[in-house]
Amino acid sequence: MTKLRINQRDFDIRAADDTPLLWVLRDELGLTGTKYGCGKALCGACTVFVDGQAVRSCTLPHAALSGKEITTIEGVDSEESRAVQAAWLEIDVAQCGYCQSGQILAAAALLARNRNPSDDDIDHAMDGNICRCATYVRIRAAIHRAAELLA
Amino acid sequence: MSTGVVKLKRREFMKYGLAAGGSLTLGVGLAGAAAAAGTDSAKANSFVPNVFIRIDKDSAVTVIAKHLEMGQGIYTGLSTLVADELDADWSQIRVEGAPADTARYNNLGWGAYQGTGGSSSMRSGFLQMRRAGASARAMLINAAAGAWQVPASEITITKGQITHTASGRTATFGDMAVAAAAESVPQDVVLKDPVDFVYIGHDVARVDKSPKVDGSAIYTQDLRLPGMLTALVAHPPRFGGTVKSFDASAAKLVDGVTTVVQIDSGIAVVAENFWAAQQGRDALIVKWDESHAFRGSSDDILAQYRALASQPGKVARRDGNIEAAFAAADKIVEAAYEFPYLAHATMEPLNCIAQVSERGCELWYGAQLQTGDQQDVAAALELDVDKVTINMLYAGGSFGRRADRNGGYVVEAARIAKAVGSNRPVKLVWTREDDMRGGAYRPLNYHIVRGGIDATGRITAWQHRIVGQSILTGTSFSQGPEVVDRTTVEGASSLPYAIANVTVDVHNPAIPVPVLWWRSVAHSHTAFSTETFFDELAYTLGQDPLALRLALLSHDKRKQEVLRLAAARAGWDKPLPKGRGRGIALHEAFKTCVAEVVEVSANSDGTFSVDKVTAAVDCGIAVNPDIVAAQMQGSIGFGLSAALGDEITITDGIVQQSNFDTYPVLRMSQMPRVDVHVVPSSADPTGVGEPGLPPIAPAVANAMFAATGKRYHRLPLQYTAQS
Ligand code: FES
Ligand code: FES
Repeated sequence: MTKLRINQRDFDIRAADDTPLLWVLRDELGLTGTKYGCGKALCGACTVFVDGQAVRSCTLPHAALSGKEITTIEGVDSEESRAVQAAWLEIDVAQCGYCQSGQILAAAALLARNRNPSDDDIDHAMDGNICRCATYVRIRAAIHRAAELLA
Repeated sequence: MSTGVVKLKRREFMKYGLAAGGSLTLGVGLAGAAAAAGTDSAKANSFVPNVFIRIDKDSAVTVIAKHLEMGQGIYTGLSTLVADELDADWSQIRVEGAPADTARYNNLGWGAYQGTGGSSSMRSGFLQMRRAGASARAMLINAAAGAWQVPASEITITKGQITHTASGRTATFGDMAVAAAAESVPQDVVLKDPVDFVYIGHDVARVDKSPKVDGSAIYTQDLRLPGMLTALVAHPPRFGGTVKSFDASAAKLVDGVTTVVQIDSGIAVVAENFWAAQQGRDALIVKWDESHAFRGSSDDILAQYRALASQPGKVARRDGNIEAAFAAADKIVEAAYEFPYLAHATMEPLNCIAQVSERGCELWYGAQLQTGDQQDVAAALELDVDKVTINMLYAGGSFGRRADRNGGYVVEAARIAKAVGSNRPVKLVWTREDDMRGGAYRPLNYHIVRGGIDATGRITAWQHRIVGQSILTGTSFSQGPEVVDRTTVEGASSLPYAIANVTVDVHNPAIPVPVLWWRSVAHSHTAFSTETFFDELAYTLGQDPLALRLALLSHDKRKQEVLRLAAARAGWDKPLPKGRGRGIALHEAFKTCVAEVVEVSANSDGTFSVDKVTAAVDCGIAVNPDIVAAQMQGSIGFGLSAALGDEITITDGIVQQSNFDTYPVLRMSQMPRVDVHVVPSSADPTGVGEPGLPPIAPAVANAMFAATGKRYHRLPLQYTAQS
């Protein structure tokens, strides 16, 4: 049994050790804001923070994460994430919405590193997060808007 | 306790004549409205004026949306129509997905059929939902008039507040809910003059925005029901394969696996959670019977199509005399086009939850074809159709995929739930790999287009032949072999240019690869061949491709207008530096006209980038202008993905792509800037979910020609540097 700290709470996890964090979050803890898109670290839908770094939870065995601070869309509350979510609402980014938890965490991670990203910085940082609804134009605009809100 | 619900149950159906198509009658069925709008006791004090609206004591207005919300914004769109005619405040609006109920919630453009597709929701719902709102408004006003003993004509409603100015009295919708429920339903309602619209044509906040930003939106993948199990299915690796035998002993040893069962489509591994189901499926050993399986390749299919294309096909359009026109032509240009199979690759892979009990089969998912799914599940489980119920959830994209062939994945979920039994709900999940390899592709197509130019430099002949599978063949939509398949030729048979002699014909060979509607259906390929070929003719004639389009569209002001608008905003006449190019394309799909101007940069290393897209759209009244813009941006991105890199190939019957490493969908760095301009219009709205897609690929190819002098005749575009 692994102890995990997720969104500032401690959990005893029953799942087998090799179970990826994604499925622990979704199936055991009911934290379904983190999405399954590919299962192979190719799409970014499953993005969460581990010790403040944006990582793909679908290929991350959860047992290795004991003692680390895990944050999902349900618990994210940094200055950057609040600005990103506000900008997302203002610009009406989401269409189907399925990729957006991952997009929002990736964007917040970018802004935590770089408070004033250029279009190129955004392209580079967000290229791992697929949106099949192609909301990319608005994601770009919303990241710039979030940077303004943070300034 | 005597409520609108009870009273409404006694009412007769109210019939509204509806202009759409000139022949449809809209029955806003009121009998049983409660079933649609919620029957539990908490809802008993609600005002349910019709099957589309429920107004609660707290003044919340719940719009019952009969269409699937898959990202296109229709929950917001339908609510906009209701809220405007009802004069509700936008903050009062909530939305619930309607249950499957063909009699009440049919798509008015599709007869007795409930479903979402063909960019039809706004077109078919525009008057119906407005009338529903106006009718509820009239009942609230009559209730207030009765309560206050004043003439109804003196009462106004603004932003959810009911007011009698002379007496200074005001009330909320909630205050009048019970009284309004006792009012009779008006036989006629007067709809607003468009100048009085407060929401239609103005921007409102999407109703689904908050849950899609804080992670709380519930998709099928997310719903957890008590006792629910998760199922993965081992499908045959080749289309047409079947199970010969299987050994589940190792699969059953996986912790959490509860059942392994054979169903029609393969072997279902059922477990307590996804991970166990996947581990169990990995451990499963299946021997497949491939004696009837498809072992061909996409290259073979293309070769077969090329051969077929030398023969005349079934005629979809014939104007004038094509043979005489070619005989008299001074110059003939010909080009052949190839389009691959394409996967929808929705971000949420396919899934569906089913529970089978003595009450029937209950389903939870994002249904795109409720009526068909109900019928197909009923047939598979030998139930009455009304024993199949559907609870609607958000879909993480669909692009046509959830409108599956003969109930496809929905029937699969129902069969598994039945096999599992014990009343336990089962969530069927297709992994990304299942989804990408499982077929239901945009069909592979081969086109040949020939154009004839006479001695005076006029285009006098246009012959377009298409070879591709029919999406309808083998489904309940099949119209028989004698009918020309619209889903193969649409967009080609509707060539808009003034050309005297036009022939469009089609072959629909039978190929055992399952095919399906894919965002914009045939327009996804017909726009490419028509619009790049037209460009080719314009250059052959030494004419500006925009000017020639305008010249041959003098009969169609709408198309001229979108062309002019896109060109003006894009700066069509401004020269570009060497290595860059600008291209234009125009297309009408689902009654909406879109023109797009694209700018590309062709780099010396053989790569290229799409820098900017300027789109102009005429979709009638833009009910939600910002959603129109979003749908244009999204369809441009989706179409660009296919133009640049998406391709499903098959070798020896095996689909070669399985995930986003081999099916490289568009990513952020490939997304150009997109400017969308909406043509002001007072015409009834037409759809916007798909029509932005068809022009993008030809506009890119035309821009690449302008930049490099090279023509493209296949998708995805494969750009190699000119030597
Ligand atoms: S689900 Fe993890 S990257 Fe796609
Ligand atoms: S909003 Fe649908 S996949 Fe991104």
